[in-house]
Amino acid sequence: MPDPKAALAGHPFFSGIDPSIGETLAECAHEVSFPAGRFLAREGEPASGFLLLECGTVALELHRPGRMPIVLETLHEGELVGTSWVIPPYRWSCDVRALDPIRAIAVDARCLRGKSEFDPKLGYELLKRFLPLFVQRLEAVRLQLLDVYGETPT
Amino acid sequence: MRSPDPFVPSLFRVDRVWRESADTVTLGLLPIQGEIPAFRSGQFFMLYAFGIGEIPVSVSGLWGQGPLLHTVRAVGPVSQALCRLRPGDTLGVRGPYGSPWPLPQAEGGDLLLIAGGLGLAPLRSALLPALAERERYGRIALLYGARSPADLLFGEERGDWSSRGDLQVEVTVDHASPAWRGSVGVVPARISHTRFAPERAHAFVCGPEVMMRYSAAALLGAGVPPARIFLSLERNMKCAFAVCGRCQFGPTFVCRDGPVFSYDRIARLLSIREL
Ligand SMILES: Cc1cc2nc3c(=O)[nH]c(=O)nc-3n(C[C@H](O)[C@H](O)[C@H](O)COP(=O)(O)OP(=O)(O)OC[C@H]3O[C@@H](n4cnc5c(N)ncnc54)[C@H](O)[C@@H]3O)c2cc1C
Ligand code: FES
Repeated sequence: MPDPKAALAGHPFFSGIDPSIGETLAECAHEVSFPAGRFLAREGEPASGFLLLECGTVALELHRPGRMPIVLETLHEGELVGTSWVIPPYRWSCDVRALDPIRAIAVDARCLRGKSEFDPKLGYELLKRFLPLFVQRLEAVRLQLLDVYGETPT
Repeated sequence: MRSPDPFVPSLFRVDRVWRESADTVTLGLLPIQGEIPAFRSGQFFMLYAFGIGEIPVSVSGLWGQGPLLHTVRAVGPVSQALCRLRPGDTLGVRGPYGSPWPLPQAEGGDLLLIAGGLGLAPLRSALLPALAERERYGRIALLYGARSPADLLFGEERGDWSSRGDLQVEVTVDHASPAWRGSVGVVPARISHTRFAPERAHAFVCGPEVMMRYSAAALLGAGVPPARIFLSLERNMKCAFAVCGRCQFGPTFVCRDGPVFSYDRIARLLSIREL
């Protein structure tokens, strides 16, 4: 198994991380892999952590009764999957399905939240990395909602 | 042959029609008399559907390589009439007008083409010459966003582009069913996944204005200097040669000074709501 500390530091989401913080994070991390087609999470299930994708693509899907599920977004190599672990009640807000064979670093949320309580430096570092991600995703959702290609630009 | 009265169009005949999607076609046009006037990538012509009206439409092909190509989406009376044309039908054409994509300026560095929806058509006219002279550029990437898989244009040709080793093609849609194997998400979010050196890159962006503003913000965030980001603006037009004032955008006329503008020139104007 590759060393989670090196894998974490090498992932774009944690690029340039202070080595001591990287070490603490690695204590909550392990490598995982999933075959294509596997659901990595289901809407409503406890969000026990997040994944840093190293290889492969996942789809965030919303199921609809009697209709095909809709793909909200795809996430690719170098991206982070899962933000529901940050905010109570810590439950996945959509399904996550592997489109390809996936290799990722899984980070355990309970472990991370526990460490952040006692290590404000770690908590602040996480805040600085997750907050821009939330803003980027919010902006992307706004743009999707506008349906800029569909309707008149008036 | 160009008429001496700048408002009078030349007569062209539809040579071929390609259906690109449910509401979009590409027209191949040939002049009834004379030659196709020389034009450059990024410029536009005024196309006149007889008895209905005239609209600006960008070139989607290259000069000197067969018919004059225009890709038109049916949104209103004139564009619908153009989309209904069949081979052998005639229409009025005048132009070319406007500023081209600054391809020579981009030589020697990386080139990012960022297209939203129908914006792929004007950018096709920049991509083709860049691919024909591939050695003049560093990395070339095409980022293309559309509403859904059914709305994607130039299907076959895109397949060829994607299979080239010297071109990164990223296609993404806003909405899809699980049957779609590609990416779902907005174009600006794909910029951070594109391989390019921002300090020596040029970016050409074409699509709905909101999408262009978000893309420009993402490019600036990635470190591309504003003077190297180029947007193709759309404004209603009438004369197309800076006489009527219809397309005025602050101190500039989109028909003459644009439609392709560098971001540093128009960033302030884009933020003025009334324009
Ligand atoms: C420089 C330039 C280049 C252009 N290049 C192209 C091109 O390559 N292909 C092309 O199809 N169009 C292009 N356009 C846009 C085209 O000129 C307009 O869509 C035109 O107004 C359509 O005229 P219409 O009579 O069919 O519809 P209008 O009566 O003008 O419009 C009907 C409805 O469609 C809306 N509408 C207008 N333009 C658009 C649009 N672009 N997208 C969605 N809804 C719209 C209007 O707000 C209105 O509600 C270009 C415009 C400019 C200024
Ligand atoms: S369209 Fe008349 S000034 Fe530009």
